[in-house]
Amino acid sequence: MLRDVAFAMQPGNALLLLGANGAGKSTLLRVLAGLKRLDGGQVLWNGQDIAEDRPAHAARCAYLGEGNAIKPGLTAVENLRFAAAGRDVSPALAAFDLTPLADLPARMLSAGQRRRLALARLLVSNATLWLLDEPTLGLDAASVGRLGAVLAAHRAGGGLVVAATHLELPLPGADTLRLGA
Amino acid sequence: MSQFWSLISRELRLSVRHGADSLGALLFFLLAATLFPLALGPEPDLLARLAPGVIWVCALLAALLPLDRLLGADYEDGSLDQLLLCGLPPAAIALGKAIAHWLVTGLPLLVAAAPLAVMLNASTDAMEPLLLGLIAGTMVLSLVGTMAAAIVLGARRGGVLLPILVLPLAVPVLVFGAGAADAAASGLEARPHLLLAYAVLALALPLCPLAAGAALRAAAD
Repeated sequence: MLRDVAFAMQPGNALLLLGANGAGKSTLLRVLAGLKRLDGGQVLWNGQDIAEDRPAHAARCAYLGEGNAIKPGLTAVENLRFAAAGRDVSPALAAFDLTPLADLPARMLSAGQRRRLALARLLVSNATLWLLDEPTLGLDAASVGRLGAVLAAHRAGGGLVVAATHLELPLPGADTLRLGA
Repeated sequence: MSQFWSLISRELRLSVRHGADSLGALLFFLLAATLFPLALGPEPDLLARLAPGVIWVCALLAALLPLDRLLGADYEDGSLDQLLLCGLPPAAIALGKAIAHWLVTGLPLLVAAAPLAVMLNASTDAMEPLLLGLIAGTMVLSLVGTMAAAIVLGARRGGVLLPILVLPLAVPVLVFGAGAADAAASGLEARPHLLLAYAVLALALPLCPLAAGAALRAAAD
């Protein structure tokens, strides 16, 4: 349950959600994505309640949950195509060093490679608001570095990042929000 | 709109790669229907009389088989969240899933129904109403099945609940569809039965995706 949570973000901002297990970090991310309904309160985007137009809000959100949402039977490229909605997926694959694995079925990828593929989905989504739940789970140091570069580029372009993590996440200058258990 | 077709294309591709679900339903349909002559005996008149009902019931039960994974896999691996954020209304997602289910399950059952009807010595007069009824029937089953699969998402023993939800809702189209073939075999007019079967489809087409969409949103909540 979340109570008395209030914050505002500007283009290019990043927010790191901190707190113990069960503090509500994942719940808050789902609320911000519009996946979870609020019992009270509002999430506003440019002054408008996101509940008034959920499809429009969904289009501006990219959400990476605990599950990677990767289909083992599809190749890496095919897994990205639906989120890409016609956009080129090659730059996203390259950003996470997945180009050599592009045509492999996802079931042949390691856990870390699947996480990278899920992260690549952020890049093809064209979304402004990135909501990340433990994004570095299963990543090696080099992949964490790549993610840092991608997040920095997204913020430099005016994008927003909200992330919940217990692990190291390269988000320099990010605000922090500590949620109580 | 392109995202809607993209969803259906993705579902079809997934079904082809995991062909066991669709193939399993088809094999179940053929095997279950084949058991009836073995159990009832090979008397041609008896089989001809029972053929429409046997084919309808077997198709209904076969179409249930892949329903458990229709949305369950997406719910478990996080894909449901991605679908709900793809910009399509939840009802459109449900409709896309139902169309994909029909294409990979209902359509093969429909194609297999014709030779099966011949094998069961169904009357030639009953063949056309049987297949026309099955078109509506398999579509209704896909729509109702998608709705039920969405409702049981996240529920413990959801696979057990599915048939309990789907079978009663499939009764009207079963009665009218099988009735059309029976009527034709008896020399009566099949059209009123078929019209009623298609009326059920006309009701299910808008209502089931709406209900399924609401259930998908509730499951993600």
